[in-house]
Amino acid sequence: MSGDATVVVENLTVGLEGGANIVEDVSLRIRPGEVLGLVGESGSGKTTVALALLGYANEGVRIRGGSVRVAGEELVGRTDDELRRIRGRIVSYVPQDPATSLNPSIRIGEQIREVLRFHAPQRATDAEVAHALASVQLPGDRSFQRRYPHQLSGGQQQRVAIAIAIVCHPVATVLDEPTTGLDVVTQARILEEIGRIRDERGVALVYVSHDLAVISTVADRIAVMYAGRIVEQGTAAAIINTPHHPYTRGLVASVPDHIVPRVLRGIPGVAVGVGDRPVGCAFAPRCDQAIAACEVTMPELETLAGDRAVRCFAWRATPGVSFEDRRFPPAAEPLAQPLLAVEALHAQHRIRDGVVVAAAEVSFAVGRGACVALVGESGSGKTTIARCVAGLHARSGGRVALEGVELAPLAHSRTREQRRRLQIVFQNPYESLNPRHTVQSTLAWPAQRLAGLSRAEATAQAVELLERVRLPKRAARRYPSELSGGERQRVAIARALAVRPDLIVCDEVTSALDVSVQAAVLDLLAELRRELGLALLFITHDLGVVASIADQVLVLDRGVVCEAGSVAELLGAPRQEYTKTLVAAAPSVTGSGVASAGSSTPTEGAT
Amino acid sequence: MSAFAERLDVRRRLRFARSWPTRIALLILSAVGAVAFLGPFFAPHSPSELAGQAFAQPSSAFPLGTDYLGEDVLSRVLWGGRSVIVFAALATGLAYLAGGSIGLFTGFSRGLADNLLMRSMDVLLAFPPILFLLLLATGAGPSVTVLILGIAIVQVPSVARIIRTATLDVAHRGYVEAALARGDSTFAILRREILPNIGGTVAADAGPRFTISILLVAAVNFLGLGLAPPAADWAIMISENRTAITIQPWAVVVPALLIAVLTISLNVVADGVARAQGRSIDIGGLRR
Repeated sequence: MSGDATVVVENLTVGLEGGANIVEDVSLRIRPGEVLGLVGESGSGKTTVALALLGYANEGVRIRGGSVRVAGEELVGRTDDELRRIRGRIVSYVPQDPATSLNPSIRIGEQIREVLRFHAPQRATDAEVAHALASVQLPGDRSFQRRYPHQLSGGQQQRVAIAIAIVCHPVATVLDEPTTGLDVVTQARILEEIGRIRDERGVALVYVSHDLAVISTVADRIAVMYAGRIVEQGTAAAIINTPHHPYTRGLVASVPDHIVPRVLRGIPGVAVGVGDRPVGCAFAPRCDQAIAACEVTMPELETLAGDRAVRCFAWRATPGVSFEDRRFPPAAEPLAQPLLAVEALHAQHRIRDGVVVAAAEVSFAVGRGACVALVGESGSGKTTIARCVAGLHARSGGRVALEGVELAPLAHSRTREQRRRLQIVFQNPYESLNPRHTVQSTLAWPAQRLAGLSRAEATAQAVELLERVRLPKRAARRYPSELSGGERQRVAIARALAVRPDLIVCDEVTSALDVSVQAAVLDLLAELRRELGLALLFITHDLGVVASIADQVLVLDRGVVCEAGSVAELLGAPRQEYTKTLVAAAPSVTGSGVASAGSSTPTEGAT
Repeated sequence: MSAFAERLDVRRRLRFARSWPTRIALLILSAVGAVAFLGPFFAPHSPSELAGQAFAQPSSAFPLGTDYLGEDVLSRVLWGGRSVIVFAALATGLAYLAGGSIGLFTGFSRGLADNLLMRSMDVLLAFPPILFLLLLATGAGPSVTVLILGIAIVQVPSVARIIRTATLDVAHRGYVEAALARGDSTFAILRREILPNIGGTVAADAGPRFTISILLVAAVNFLGLGLAPPAADWAIMISENRTAITIQPWAVVVPALLIAVLTISLNVVADGVARAQGRSIDIGGLRR
């Protein structure tokens, strides 16, 4: 079994110079024509492993031990010079963000030619470059080769990065979150591309991602990483359908799915950081089936039948993944007077010469305690609409009304009561809290300003709010930099709750979070809806998230509502062509979105 | 622990003193500060007392000799640091008050006011500072007030520019938008949300700027357009005794050296503070 593997990693250990290990005892085998999905949440060490496959470690990081062999060539312990001759020719790399990995001041044809010139000078011709571009479905003509990266779309840039990676016909390619920054439709096309390259060239591919749904559509086998170790490995179907490790199970249960809408269950607790890892199993503190041994000994990776391995003492006790399907409320009747009514909203952005329309004739209503989702790709205007509702962007037409009373375009012209009833939570948890204020101060201030609480009352309430969003009381005295992303987002939600609003606008509130954390935050929002009768206007690009939280959904395409309806109906049977494309392209753990999206959409044209 | 200690957050604030260059510079800076502010209490003579012969060499009576009038150089050195530091501090403070307000306001509100104010700042920026100070002193007559105001005005445009850039960077963060959605007043947002978050930039900028102020104060005093000669001032001392540098070098070298040491150590300390500030602000959540 090991003889025919292209990439053989054995007992790889990578650590901080003079510090803790980031990755420990990782062993992998990837055969030609196989895609190994390496999945893990932030801090799991997956990118460190990806880089080590090229014999590379970031500054301040060292490969401590073990071996990485690609096509029989040992990469660990090689000099930089030797590695340079191997990288790109035998093993290559596709980085996460093509916008920063491509040199903005060199024409793309030249960037491809550069690799050829180094590894195979006789092949460094225009024809070869054209061939490389054609192999990733891009036009290869001279005028296209002479473009600069900024003249391409994000998807095209990523294709160029892939072309650079495969132009010298390497036997293995490492793809590090290659679709994370892309829209779903573009993502689906890139994933299809990756599948095609595997089939046509017989390359061994390693696909690194935090997104289990994406991994499940592209990978043949999956390795799950947690706290620097592989905790489970097996075929994609086995990992998704019958996870043995409790962490894998938690991860699978956290992934939102738009094909089978379900109640998400997050994993309690926070992932341990490098250097804080416990002696025993790193997952034990978050595990509900931990036994005494878990606290003291790290379990070995136990090899099972069917090319499967799991690192857990008690994996036999892991219950199967059972999903509770989401029950949708009965179709709401049109409300006589909804909480929030948006009618024929028109919004635009002024640019240097002229205006860009971000929303045209957008109408919808949010009832008390309801959750309406606005979904669309980047540039669809969803965030601008949210900002118009919150009074952060002045609308240029239409009406926004709270219980029938029209709201002024900008927040400062609205009444204090109106501002209190309508709150907003932002996307980036790292920027949404003032780093110079403690959590307590962050939570007390709005209550004093808008809800008219005294300082003492507001401070007392801050502690209650922390409990509400399931944070420990001691978090009150912390600064944001001492909290994880998920914890910060809970504080941001608590800040909105501090003034007892009727409606919270959630602008991509979970998109910067790990899935297990996202699941917990979505669960919290659902609970707040139930218990406080809170209404949510939920902005997202993720149909899976829509399926897990919203009742009603509006699909936006370039500022226009393309389709609207109840979540169950719209996701189950989309009517509009655009919605169909979107639904088909969205990755899912229950169905492969790749094939259908690829066949129904044309290749991106040159822009 | 007491709330007071937590509020002061002493350990966090002293983090800048961890590196050795910063520590050494801080020590030197304190020493120069001590000379300037405690010196007058230890001066053996009055700074304007004609204590001996002109240009006397160092002796036990006059450790650094005497100057062109026969005043004790040591006493004048001990008296002459205060004006340099105090004037420079006042000028820098005024520049931050005016330039900082302009920068915060324009960076936050953008629009027409931003354009008008920043273009007029650009016009001011185009003036060579020394020329501007000379013109001002000739027009308004040499005086300490004119000196301080002039140096402040010279620095306002660049302060405004730096604070405006720092403000722009923070103005679209979620916490500022949340405050806007709450309807907080512009003043409240600037004070509570923005000002505390541009501290790092201010710290990085304040050191070099204070240095420039010190040098400008010295230059203007040297040219005799600020303080008038009987006053003890390091720059004036250099100006008075420069012609006799070969006969009695101490009256020139010592004040010149003190100005140099003061500005250099100040810069090193400011660098240290800026680095520590940069570390404590977490960058895009990379630091856990």
